[in-house]
Amino acid sequence: MSISVKHISKSYDDLKAVDDISFEVKEGELFGLIGPDGAGKTTLFRILTTLLIPDEGIATVASLDVLKDYKHIRHSVGYMPGRFSLYQDLTVEENLNFFAAIFGTSIEENYDLIKDIYVQIEPFKKRRAGKLSGGMKQKLALCCALIHKPKVLFLDEPTTGVDPVSRKEFWEMLKRLQQKGITILVSTPYMDEAALCDRIALIQDGKILKIDKPQEIVKTFPKTLYNVGADNMYQLIKSLKNYKYQYSVYPFGEFVHYTDNRSNFNPEDLKHYLESEKLTNIVIETTNPTIEDIFMELAK
Amino acid sequence: MMHIENVIVVKDLTKMFGDFTAVNTITFKVKKGEIFGFLGANGAGKTTAMKMLIGISNPTSGEANVAGFDVFTNAEDIKKNIGYMSQKFALYDDLTVKENITFFGGIYGLSRKKIKEKTKKLIEDLGLQEVSNQLVGSLPLGWKQKISFSVSLLHEPKIVFLDEPTGGVDPITRRQFWEMIYQTANNGTTIFVTTHYMDEAEYCDRVSIMVDGKIEALDTPKNLKKQFDVESMNDVFLKLARG
Repeated sequence: MSISVKHISKSYDDLKAVDDISFEVKEGELFGLIGPDGAGKTTLFRILTTLLIPDEGIATVASLDVLKDYKHIRHSVGYMPGRFSLYQDLTVEENLNFFAAIFGTSIEENYDLIKDIYVQIEPFKKRRAGKLSGGMKQKLALCCALIHKPKVLFLDEPTTGVDPVSRKEFWEMLKRLQQKGITILVSTPYMDEAALCDRIALIQDGKILKIDKPQEIVKTFPKTLYNVGADNMYQLIKSLKNYKYQYSVYPFGEFVHYTDNRSNFNPEDLKHYLESEKLTNIVIETTNPTIEDIFMELAK
Repeated sequence: MMHIENVIVVKDLTKMFGDFTAVNTITFKVKKGEIFGFLGANGAGKTTAMKMLIGISNPTSGEANVAGFDVFTNAEDIKKNIGYMSQKFALYDDLTVKENITFFGGIYGLSRKKIKEKTKKLIEDLGLQEVSNQLVGSLPLGWKQKISFSVSLLHEPKIVFLDEPTGGVDPITRRQFWEMIYQTANNGTTIFVTTHYMDEAEYCDRVSIMVDGKIEALDTPKNLKKQFDVESMNDVFLKLARG
């Protein structure tokens, strides 16, 4: 196992940030922690990168104990924190050299690992890190986290606030790093990114709701899910919420995701009801649940 | 009533920083009560454009009228007639919920009586009776965002600008937030919103997408998907922004 977490808990005063969490990440796996702000993702990252001591539980990274072997872990892992962590007043090149020097290596030594990413920011190597765009900063931070060829890479919300194009590019980079044998633990609040991981843990309020492959997790949705559409979205949501048989009503893109609490649900009944509510152009069709549907069902 | 009122009218609006054109002759109109999605990649010029519209940055050239006021000559009037909420600037963590409402009510120039009324209603509507005297900093992010949105509506603005309002919130709270947006728009307030969640783009009446300072697409989500022959707004975005 590349990462092993057993019954880890951590509280800040009265707040239980991480509450008895256990999971394992296999070598070479791309594992995602999926959950909103305040779920405990960052606390978990800080424990695994030896920056925070857990109240309870055992954790190992690359077979090293986070308490006893913290010095070795720091040499074996790369960590990209959620907030931009580089030196804003140093240039791109200076930042990279600095991180290489700290780990007793050089840019040249592990250049093959960062090459794909570094060539994209190389034209700006004389620019101060603070003056880079969001996407560029993210790429530089990833290069700095990789410069000492870590066995395990920790990425805490690398794509938060990043536009869909840069997000897609970032995930393509992660896939390539994974092929080079690096184990990756990544957290994200974007549920659509969950599908890009080998396995995921859904996490909220310090607890893990579920762990599995994304394609397995979506199979566990307990109901038949319907896309419901009509001309007036606001009225549609209101009417569906007032429908006495509704089990869940969530706006989802151009449709509303709807489940019914009857076992013998007939969509025609719902259609008649919505017509009586003066809605027009009504569409009701079954659809496949996504990770986000599962998350909402588990958090309900 | 067949007359359609435009609350934002922008023509050839441009902003240059030195010889860099951050916003390049953008033109669009937004109707009363419309939910208008303002999308673009990081660095495409969204923030710069939005700053001009809310009266805190002077355009280099072009025309813009917001809530009936000209951005060149009446920027101060614009500020009084719009609401603004962003993920970065929201409420004061060291003030209680009530204090925040009173403070922002005062900033917007509401009378004491009005502030009192509004405070009571806001706390009731959001079900905050239990926490109204707690520091905002101690509340979950989702609550803060709902309060922040309600506070931006205290002075009953014609338009509210929302800059990535739902970043980092859990999916259920995100949807509750959008239900608040729908309700507000239904009451006639125009919503001008930026987001990186492409499913939220689908919730908008119309969406514009900025690429390198220009508006490269503007239509209903349905028509944009048809125009680019794709299944989702995410694909529209990827097709456009990747060129």
